[in-house]
Amino acid sequence: MAADVPALEVSDLGFAYGEKPVLEAISLAIAAGEFVVLLGPNGAGKTTLFALITRLHDRRCGDIRIGGFDVRRQSVQAHARIGVVFQQPTLDLDLSVARNLAYHGALHGMSRREARRRAMAQLERVGLAEQQATRVRRLSGGQRRRVEIARGLLHEPRLLLLDEPTVGLDVASRRGLVDHAHRLCAEEGVAVLWATHLIDEVRPTDRVLVLHRGRLLADARAEDLTERLGVATLGDAFDRLTGEAPA
Amino acid sequence: MRVMPWLHCMRGVVGRELLRFLHQRSRFLAALVRPLVWLFVFAAGFRMALGVAMTEPYQTYILYEVYIVPGLVGMIQLFNGMQSSLSMVYDREMGSMRVLLVSPFPRWYLLVCKLLASTLVSVVQVYVFLAIAWVYGIQAPPMGYLWILPALLVTGFMVGALGLLLSTFVRQLENFAGVMNFVIFPMFFLSSALYPLWRLREGSYLVYQIAALNPFTQAVEMIRFALYERFNPEAILISLAVTLVLLALAILGYNPSRGLMARKGGGD
Repeated sequence: MAADVPALEVSDLGFAYGEKPVLEAISLAIAAGEFVVLLGPNGAGKTTLFALITRLHDRRCGDIRIGGFDVRRQSVQAHARIGVVFQQPTLDLDLSVARNLAYHGALHGMSRREARRRAMAQLERVGLAEQQATRVRRLSGGQRRRVEIARGLLHEPRLLLLDEPTVGLDVASRRGLVDHAHRLCAEEGVAVLWATHLIDEVRPTDRVLVLHRGRLLADARAEDLTERLGVATLGDAFDRLTGEAPA
Repeated sequence: MRVMPWLHCMRGVVGRELLRFLHQRSRFLAALVRPLVWLFVFAAGFRMALGVAMTEPYQTYILYEVYIVPGLVGMIQLFNGMQSSLSMVYDREMGSMRVLLVSPFPRWYLLVCKLLASTLVSVVQVYVFLAIAWVYGIQAPPMGYLWILPALLVTGFMVGALGLLLSTFVRQLENFAGVMNFVIFPMFFLSSALYPLWRLREGSYLVYQIAALNPFTQAVEMIRFALYERFNPEAILISLAVTLVLLALAILGYNPSRGLMARKGGGD
């Protein structure tokens, strides 16, 4: 992939459930290695945006490209470049960590050996190599999330989508996940789109997309946003933009 | 196009389904108890009232229990196919369907893999059932047990695709009961699973006609003939054609967002 091709490019995206518009005129681009927070309250349209990027929903207008590949016309190439951590846990609780990852590897066309090799490498990075034979049911919430991130990265995607990945986790686990995602961007050049409604997960230097009622209200670095709006915190900036508290 | 990745994908989907099936012992038991109750209680009770005269593919007069076995094989597949297809859209499976559908392989292929997986699960159930029936004394020619394998695959795909297709039409499905009342029971009872067509004809011409048109009848007859090492070209061709049509419609109609929306009540 050429360096100047965005990892994700969304242009003029619109989507409606029946008559009710959920997303309107969304345009954004995320460069390789960039960490971007998609900030919005519950119901803002974050999950819908992810469902459109991953093609779970398809009836939409506008374009979505991943690494330059159109998700509709070149879905094979596009899908191969996305890793996803869904809002709801999607691991098979009765299977071991290794089997969960092996399944994902197979879904991406990997041989058993290849999937095992990559799974070990990813598990080591999230500090769960020793738990590979453990049933997922016996892991803590934070550990499960880390397994899902390892799974999302198994096929070495260039774009990682995380939909409220810290929901239900304790403070230490949340911080650990945020740090891990930042490291992925810095060290691996993976672009990360991190959806959340929790303002304390945003660092001042993070680029923030504020999504509210299906519209993008802002696209700027967190510290620039607060400065531009003349407010003290990102929470205040959010209130100013939306006219209500995020969460 | 390289073939191996496609095979790895299929192996993964099938392997996971079989593994999950092994973990769910209660589901296995339920799937097995249902036809066994029919065989041991219903059929044994009817034995006195109802012998079956010589009819194809049987070479002699047979006991009712012998007649009913292929129909019960069909029933196992019918229940399994409906259950797994509907759960793909509405149940706990939702989460894992998302994982499946973000795979880069085309959606039609993923759905075919998924249907193959649930079909193979039903094949395991069928063979365990046939083994118990064998011990009970209902024994087909040994090669017949090999002959039915392709018939089981076709039937599994047929009912699985039908379940998937239903899931695109039925908007909200609170439970399995509706499908049981309106699809599984009519398909099963209005077929040659429990009584030969000629006997249905003696009872009611209308029921006979419906049963003759029911594709499940063809599937059951295909299995019945195969179990006795016989071809029934008509049943095979009709079953295959129905399966292909249902499969095509199910794939075209499959919309993963439907289950998502139903669950979220409008969506985020």
